[in-house]
Amino acid sequence: MRRLEPAAIGGVMSREVANFRTFWKSNTFSSVLEPVIYLLAFGLGLGSTIVNRVDGLSYVEYVGTGMVATAVIFSSALPAMFGTFVKERFQRTYDAILAAPVDVEELVTAEMLWIGLRSGFYGCFPLLVSMFFGLDPAPGMLLVPFFAFFTALGFAAFGIAVAASVVKIDQFNYVTTLFITPLFLVAGTFFPIDQLPQGLRIAAQLNPLHQLVELVRHACFGFEATDLLRLAGLMSFAVVLWRVAVHRMEKRLID
Amino acid sequence: MAAIELKGVVKRFGAITAVDGLDLEVPKGICLGLLGPNGAGKSTTMRLLTGQAVADEGEIRVMGHELPGDSKEARALMGVVPQLDNLDVDVTVEDNLAVFARLYRVKDVSAAVDRGLTLARLQGRRRDPVDELSGGMRRRLLLARGLTHDPPLLLLDEPTVGLDPQIRTELWSLIDGLRTRGTTIMMSTHYIEEAERLADEVALMAKGKIISRGRPSELVAQHAGRETAEVYALPERLAEVRAAAEAQGLKVRPAGPAIAIVGAEKATNGVVPPKAIRRAASLEDVFVLLTGEEAE
Repeated sequence: MRRLEPAAIGGVMSREVANFRTFWKSNTFSSVLEPVIYLLAFGLGLGSTIVNRVDGLSYVEYVGTGMVATAVIFSSALPAMFGTFVKERFQRTYDAILAAPVDVEELVTAEMLWIGLRSGFYGCFPLLVSMFFGLDPAPGMLLVPFFAFFTALGFAAFGIAVAASVVKIDQFNYVTTLFITPLFLVAGTFFPIDQLPQGLRIAAQLNPLHQLVELVRHACFGFEATDLLRLAGLMSFAVVLWRVAVHRMEKRLID
Repeated sequence: MAAIELKGVVKRFGAITAVDGLDLEVPKGICLGLLGPNGAGKSTTMRLLTGQAVADEGEIRVMGHELPGDSKEARALMGVVPQLDNLDVDVTVEDNLAVFARLYRVKDVSAAVDRGLTLARLQGRRRDPVDELSGGMRRRLLLARGLTHDPPLLLLDEPTVGLDPQIRTELWSLIDGLRTRGTTIMMSTHYIEEAERLADEVALMAKGKIISRGRPSELVAQHAGRETAEVYALPERLAEVRAAAEAQGLKVRPAGPAIAIVGAEKATNGVVPPKAIRRAASLEDVFVLLTGEEAE
């Protein structure tokens, strides 16, 4: 049998779809409400009292477009971490799947693709919500799901690799505090990174979320030539983390 | 060609050798019971056969496919029913079956689901979430899930562990039906009755090795003779009876509050007290004698 068989990947994804049908309402509810709360708190609260315009954009436009990255990391890395750990350790789902003609590479790939698709979809919600707060639609926005998808693939792989590396579920606290929160804050979502010290500015350039924020803003307000490089960077991030996730999961799942 | 062949298989976990030079062949069309106490290496053997563990030494072939290289091909031809329930509990009964029909590349998924529902006798519960099923229904569904692709080989890992007697009997009927249809079955168990009831042949496993193998009646005749005498008395008296029986070369094993003198038909000079309960020797006698563990 070949590697990466579509039938195996599709089979694993069909399991995710069957499960998703049982909780899509709560997921969609939080995906819509969270950006509304953020936009009300930061966009309207901060934007109307302290911050007027940032990089030539109204603060609502600035935060609304940046929030796509926030939605992507929180709908990819965290579900990948917790979902993978629970399915592996508590539900023993992977034992069942790997007893069928599915290998670890196909399993990881399917999990990443599903999370990527979900995040690509839910990542657009902040933009849609922002439109109700005054963001003008633009043709480039049609590319945002694809940018969100590729970024989410990388973060899903990151979450899977983390889940395959920790011993106890509470160790996710270290990962959230040390990696996810800083990545989320230093992405240029709420404030421009050129206001940061030089070291952090350089670090932010290496942050995939910052690249996604830039791509989304450019999709809304005009692309730049460097955007292709940004997209290539996000794809490379996904590919590298995919291989790491497969390696870590093979170590964890095959004795 | 045998359905399963293991030659000199060794599997270590650090300092622990879970499977220690295992040689085992399962011909097509039989039900082999892999009987052994907890920690004998049965579950590790099952994981080796599904490619979820890789042997440190030895050769493994399943349905003609060499493992671990051709593990996917082998898994396509086998159904697996795990010891622990790993159904998707929030998902409906039919979706649980449909997902596995797709994983096993079944062309007509809906027919496979219907077949599974019939086998599990859950036609009326097809749209219910698994969470709402009883323990016995879930166990039947687990078995049906492993059979969605109608495999020629079925691996059952402790299929009735933790179930009450009524549900256990129900499952035994289902498994017996599969055996009658010609499905090759390898079943790990530590329940003597399960092995006696379902297995054409029993392989007794202890400390990672097969220590004896044969039809249940052959194993009993070979290791336990015809008759076992159970002696109930105060501990001092039991110690005297044991010493006298062992002096005659008879095997004696603990049997709860009693002792069991195995091969009692050979006893002479009143070694077996008149009040002892004589019964036909059983696979349980063999199990305890060979593994040194109490039977369940």
